[in-house]
Amino acid sequence: MNPSLRTPLLFLAVAALIVLVGVLQSWNVALGILNMGLVSAIMALGVNMQWGYAGLFNVGVMGFVALGGLAAVIVSMPPVDAAWAAGGARVMAAMAVGAATIAGAIFLWKRLGRRSGRGLIVAAVLAIGFVVYRWLLGPAVDAIESVDPAATGYLGGLGLPIVLAWPIGGVLAAGAAWIVGKTALGLRSDYLAIATLGIAEIIIAVLKNEDWLSRGVKNVIGLPRPVPYEVDLQNSEAFVTRMSDWGFDPVTASTITVKLAYAGLFVLVLIVLLWLAQAALASPWGRMMRAIRDNETAAEAMGKDVTRRHLQVFILGSALCGLAGAMMTTLDGQLVPTTYQPLRFTFLIWVMVIVGGSGNNFGAVLGGILIWFLWVEVEPLGRWVMDNVTANLDDGILKQRLIDSAAHMRLLTMGVLMLVVLRFAPRGLIPER
Amino acid sequence: MEPLNALVAFSNFVVIPATAYGAQLALGALGVTLIYGILRFSNFAHGDTMAFGAMGTILATWALQAAGVSLGPLPTALLALPVGIAACAVLLLLTDKLVYKFYRARKVSPVLLVIVSMGVMFVYNGLVRFVIGVDDQNFDDGARYLIGAIQFRQMTGLDEGLAIRTSQAITVVTAVVTVAILFWFLNHTRTGKSMRAFSDNEDLALLSGISPDRVVRVTWLIVAALATIAGVLYGLDKSFKPFTYFQLLLPVFAAAIVGGLGSPIGAIAGGFVIAFSEVTLTYAFKKVANYLLPESLEIDGLAQLLATDYKFAVSFAILVIVLLFRPTGLFRGKSA
Repeated sequence: MNPSLRTPLLFLAVAALIVLVGVLQSWNVALGILNMGLVSAIMALGVNMQWGYAGLFNVGVMGFVALGGLAAVIVSMPPVDAAWAAGGARVMAAMAVGAATIAGAIFLWKRLGRRSGRGLIVAAVLAIGFVVYRWLLGPAVDAIESVDPAATGYLGGLGLPIVLAWPIGGVLAAGAAWIVGKTALGLRSDYLAIATLGIAEIIIAVLKNEDWLSRGVKNVIGLPRPVPYEVDLQNSEAFVTRMSDWGFDPVTASTITVKLAYAGLFVLVLIVLLWLAQAALASPWGRMMRAIRDNETAAEAMGKDVTRRHLQVFILGSALCGLAGAMMTTLDGQLVPTTYQPLRFTFLIWVMVIVGGSGNNFGAVLGGILIWFLWVEVEPLGRWVMDNVTANLDDGILKQRLIDSAAHMRLLTMGVLMLVVLRFAPRGLIPER
Repeated sequence: MEPLNALVAFSNFVVIPATAYGAQLALGALGVTLIYGILRFSNFAHGDTMAFGAMGTILATWALQAAGVSLGPLPTALLALPVGIAACAVLLLLTDKLVYKFYRARKVSPVLLVIVSMGVMFVYNGLVRFVIGVDDQNFDDGARYLIGAIQFRQMTGLDEGLAIRTSQAITVVTAVVTVAILFWFLNHTRTGKSMRAFSDNEDLALLSGISPDRVVRVTWLIVAALATIAGVLYGLDKSFKPFTYFQLLLPVFAAAIVGGLGSPIGAIAGGFVIAFSEVTLTYAFKKVANYLLPESLEIDGLAQLLATDYKFAVSFAILVIVLLFRPTGLFRGKSA
């Protein structure tokens, strides 16, 4: 098929799938899939930068996405004044001591050179810093967490508009990526994978345990929205009359309006990012990145600083994941740390990139929406298949087992899909030009 | 000042659990390191391979229990272990034939194989959930304790109890036996020697007439055995839950890298380094400290360095330190 026709046709096909869901199931489900698909597309865009442009293997997407979610809470929730009074200053002091300790240790390590006893001095600095940090943090955390624990028990946020959290989520993720990249880049490619896997687990552990920061497993709910609330729309005279005039049920219309508003915002962000990514790929910088990916040794011989460029693109890609994470938490309206599962937030994104076409931004976007569609729809489909398969079976353990197992079909489907694409169409649906 | 009680408490809460956990990690890391040495990629599906092997064993255990077979004080799972290993071996050989073989023939870059192993991970994970579900399965029967805490107190007259669970004792014994057999195999049999030659220098090994297919096949068989044993031991000691096996990937890889990827002895050392650090750093030392300190200095706090949920952070920190200062690992693995 003509490659210039292939891309729009594939996008049309995905759009048709979503419309089909709208017609057959409900428009609410269809728009829900679209919104999450758009967010996933941005995550896939980020991973595609790392893998497709530079050949970097990041399996910590979940962590960066979760950092974006944390940014949404920190930026948008109102500050809890009582908690700040109880221990805010002390927590900040503890954080400062922690950061200063690590910075001091690194500085000393570099400054002392190869002198004997360097390890001992640095270890002593770290140990003292850790003790001071724990001494500062412990009581402050207890004080903060005892401030009305059922409703708050955390420091709250800055009370700013939640849209601001999107870039800030990106910045937070970029910071984490800088730390990981500094340690693991320049070593074997698998090491980066393990390091990112680790940092992702740690970020989730922090979100689950540091109640003073984001309420931990008590979750933060009711985040402010950038779009109107359904209830407000239903109470609005103008909205109800207009929708009734157009022949829609006002309640359904309000939910759909909200989802459409989100979709509009997300499409806007996606288009800007896609345009930036395409421009970057076509620029001399993009050519250099691909040159490095295809032959590191040659690029290095041409005077390119491979490790620096890798660090750069790794940070950029992770920032996109953080941004998408903040958008997702905005869409959900809540931060629930236990929902961050690596299979869903790291490896599924990889399936999106591989199936869509690594190295091609449009491929990543297409993969993001398509795979999210499959992820949502495989379960009811599997259920339907199992119901048919077991229709003639007698009621019993086997039948029950098969019907229950339909819920786990999606992992199997995704794995098989990924393996098939890797084997028979390794360049994905929309190959790199 | 009761140093003896302190020692007992320390053994009970740190040394014994960490030894068992270290043995499980070491077996897992051995599998990872063997695949890395022979097939030259980091196998992300290893955690789920362990889960699959353990699942096969659990199903066989249930069958044996239904048939009324039991080992008395020992868990029936030990009897079912060969079935689990066989099931796991069939799965791995099938995967190799259907998936990895194609890429091996083309000599693709290792990182692509890692991505392929991610797809395999999805499939295994789905398979395990499909067959046994996501719930906790407790399949440990037999005697619970080798030495109970109360029994120990009566025996010694100390305040502090020392309990050794049967599963912990079995873990250590099984791990020692497995590792001994593995090292004997690698060092003293023709196949084992050809495997080491293949790992050291593939081209030279091929020139000397070593059959690569055979080496790969044997490797998968050994990996199946190691992964299943590790998975079953972990399941006996804690409990079987598919998701925790996936999470074991991080400490297992950390152990393999800390020891030096490709080095079997390193994998074992790495397993114990990771396990002991994890358990020591997350243990609340209050009890031990208060036995050691004079009464006037006794502490109220838990004296815990890190909350238990941060155990991943420990594997990660050790990993980072090793990557920064000794990227080839403690035992000079093959990675540069």
